[in-house]
Amino acid sequence: MIRFLLYRLALLVPTFIGVSIVAFAFIRMLPGDPILLLAGERGMTEERYQQLQHLYGFDQSIFVQYFNYVADLLSGDFGTSIVTKRPVLEEFFTLFPATLELSLCAIIVATAIGIPAGVFAAVKRGSWLDQSIMGVALVGYSMPIFWWGLLLIIFFSGMLQWTPVSGRISLIYFFPQVTGFMLIDSLLSGQKGAFTSAASHLILPTIVLATIPLAVIARQTRSAMLEVLGEDYVRTARSKGLPPMRVIGLHALRNALIPVVTTIGLQVGVLLAGAILTETIFSWPGIGKWMVDSVGKRDYSVVQGGLLLIAAIIMIVNLLVDVLYGLINPRIRR
Amino acid sequence: MAHTQALQDKPATAGAMRKAMLKEFWYYFSQNKGAVIGLYVFAAIVIIAVFAPIVAPHSPSLQNREALLLPPFWEQGGQFAFPLGTDAVGRDILSRLIYGARFSLFIGVVVVTLSVSFGVLVGLVAGFFRGWIDTAIMRVMDVILAFPSLLLALVLVAILGPGLMNAMIAIALILQPHFVRLTRAAVLSEREREYVVSARVAGASRLRLMFVTILPNCLAPLIVQATLSFSSAILDAAALGFLGMGAQPPTPEWGTMLADAREFILRAWWVVTFPGLAILVTVLAINLMGDGLRDALDPKLKQS
Amino acid sequence: MALLEIENLTVTFKTSSGPFKAVDSVSLSCDKGEILSVVGESGSGKSVAMLALMGLLPWTATVTADAMRFDGRDMLTLSARERRRIIGKDISMIFQEPMSSLNPCFTVGFQIGESLRLHLGMGRAERRARSIELLKLVGIPAPEDRLSQFPHQLSGGMSQRVMIAMALACNPKLLIADEPTTALDVTIQAQILDLLVRLQRDHGMGLILITHDMGVVAETAERVQVQYAGQKVEEQDVKGLFADPHHPYTAALLSALPERALRRGRLPSIPGVVPGQGDRPPGCLFAPRCQYATAACQTAPKRQDRALGLALCNYPLVDGVPQGHPGKAAEVNA
Repeated sequence: MIRFLLYRLALLVPTFIGVSIVAFAFIRMLPGDPILLLAGERGMTEERYQQLQHLYGFDQSIFVQYFNYVADLLSGDFGTSIVTKRPVLEEFFTLFPATLELSLCAIIVATAIGIPAGVFAAVKRGSWLDQSIMGVALVGYSMPIFWWGLLLIIFFSGMLQWTPVSGRISLIYFFPQVTGFMLIDSLLSGQKGAFTSAASHLILPTIVLATIPLAVIARQTRSAMLEVLGEDYVRTARSKGLPPMRVIGLHALRNALIPVVTTIGLQVGVLLAGAILTETIFSWPGIGKWMVDSVGKRDYSVVQGGLLLIAAIIMIVNLLVDVLYGLINPRIRR
Repeated sequence: MAHTQALQDKPATAGAMRKAMLKEFWYYFSQNKGAVIGLYVFAAIVIIAVFAPIVAPHSPSLQNREALLLPPFWEQGGQFAFPLGTDAVGRDILSRLIYGARFSLFIGVVVVTLSVSFGVLVGLVAGFFRGWIDTAIMRVMDVILAFPSLLLALVLVAILGPGLMNAMIAIALILQPHFVRLTRAAVLSEREREYVVSARVAGASRLRLMFVTILPNCLAPLIVQATLSFSSAILDAAALGFLGMGAQPPTPEWGTMLADAREFILRAWWVVTFPGLAILVTVLAINLMGDGLRDALDPKLKQS
Repeated sequence: MALLEIENLTVTFKTSSGPFKAVDSVSLSCDKGEILSVVGESGSGKSVAMLALMGLLPWTATVTADAMRFDGRDMLTLSARERRRIIGKDISMIFQEPMSSLNPCFTVGFQIGESLRLHLGMGRAERRARSIELLKLVGIPAPEDRLSQFPHQLSGGMSQRVMIAMALACNPKLLIADEPTTALDVTIQAQILDLLVRLQRDHGMGLILITHDMGVVAETAERVQVQYAGQKVEEQDVKGLFADPHHPYTAALLSALPERALRRGRLPSIPGVVPGQGDRPPGCLFAPRCQYATAACQTAPKRQDRALGLALCNYPLVDGVPQGHPGKAAEVNA
């Protein structure tokens, strides 16, 4: 297991180097002078230009520049926002909990509905239940989620007035950030109605963000279950006289989960891509909206830092999924 | 069964054999009702796109100052002249959707062509030459796949500048690693097969081995992946359009139309609903076809 | 009354090209302390009949029988729930592929303990003690360590021993062994067969041994039933069967045994294959492969009496000579 982990970790090194090269090259590939872009100042004198060029290290060779960049990264310096002049890492950590809360809710919803739906479809293979579950899943899989979010807003916020349109919590509540998770912080604050407000803000974005992972998980669970249900050990379990619930829910599902867990892990990239759209639609103050806004505002040092941090998150989650895969698959555990 | 009968008649020529293979393919494809529906819907969209100037009741850019934000005809205040209503500057939504189909299909075709040709070429090279070339190529692909697709597309468009063409290039770039991986895996499994070895022994050149001997036998997974990429290309391009980084207004691209419509979302539901519905129906039709293709081309699933 | 009595069991599968009779009016009985062997080529419906008894067939199968009694209970009218109280407890079954018949995700101890908890309501410590006892019984060394192992850590022979331990967990009255040695090495085969026979004697169980291997039959069985294409073609005790087979198919099977090939030269084989769904002959199912078939065999053959081994044949063999056969001239397939 430890060797397996170390091997996976070693594979990440070249990918991380590649990712840092992409982030490093990004600023230099933008149309226009990178120094002018980074400084964000107009009407710069020649003297000031030289000064900045030296400050950013652009007067050195490209290799020295890259090594300095990586050294900065390793010491935790991900650059400074051109617009707000705050360190990128600091901005990231204030915004990331919002994305994390939303993504966790979405993946929980997607898993909690997707796995049972896939299992039912597989067990009732070919029935109208199977066909409708798979039909809905394919619609979900084909959904332009930015439109889906707008539709939900029209219906639930506009016509029914059930849910708010944007943000994480109603502006009348204010309390200090403790965990960064609005659901938990609102409970901790003890203010009446704060939790309900936070939850009602979370519902629509969660549905929108969960849609595609839900569809993918349901489809993958169904096909994994179909494969497993034909296995000899399922027949053995039934021959013991075990009730069908136990045969399907324990003996079959336990095996089908192995590929499904990998699929769930792969959804993290999908979730973060989805977060870009979802957060934009619902004005959710997370890193997805942060990236879109920064591209719009030409705050390229934020884009550069964010690109790297988001890729790092995905790589870490993939590593965790590998560990989990090893844990649930006895053939790898020892 | 009719199809097995057709296969048993020994085909005399390559043409007859191809015909028999097509027949077998169609048999399996048509078993999947959803796939056939998807195919019909997709064909209808293609016809509408091709004949857009004939089908559309209005010009997509004609602004009718006296008909701003008209609802669809069945709502109160709607007019038959504008069946699905008009947008904020009085353009007919139906006509814009019909012209928009052209853009979506164009995006799909260009992106898939770009990413397939590049991806297959690189994948062939990686799988065929192995060694450090292979390692280097696959690490680069890993790096591309380490980013969320839409984020990378967004950043690429920031570099290239917003616009439909650049959005397509960006999307092609983020989709091609899938083709590289697929092609490479297929080549690796095929290259040790007897027929490849015998072609090599017979003195076939490397290029011939790559393109004439190996490639045709890796086609099935590539076709399925190309279909799925077609739909993700349309979705991603619409998403970029929606974020203001794809096709620019007043282009009647569906995602861009949605971006324009956002501010009227609580006042005029139709300006938001129809463009998205068009995207959903198109993507759904292609994905239905993709599922059918996978069933028909994957010999592993054929038996069940 | 025998422990298990099955009269005229028929199993029909729904397939895309019409119904398929896998088992055709098969009668079978097995008493306490008796070993019955069911012999036939693959596709002769041996396993299907037993799976029908266990209720393990897929929903596409239709099971009909004049009687199916086990231990005085009518298995045909039992509800699924009542049947599950019997199978795994009073009737248990082991399968052909021991490696894939054990669930790869659960430990040996868990899989043995499951039946103990379900049928006998044993607690944790009791289950552990009984599992160790069972593993000792089937000859597994260091049973305490094996309990926490996963199936992929066991060899094929070891897996089959675990399967036998599982089957014996609740002291069944009847054990069905479906080709228990086919997937194993020859040396292991003999060990497993010896084990099965010893356990059968010690526990006074009924044992139904399904096999295609006449060698296995000779070593273990007391009574033999030969099946061909879903029909029972002959039934005799093992000595009589080997000394004087009455059905041409049995005779052909026996002469294909290497030990019986007296003359030098090629081992005789039976031409052709078991008829499938599309090529079922109208009369005797063995006629196309039978050297004695005549025009009379184009209609359903006669069932002979017990003295002639209940042979399903118009010209039963006595000492290798077909009785009442019109002679070479009338033969259809020379």
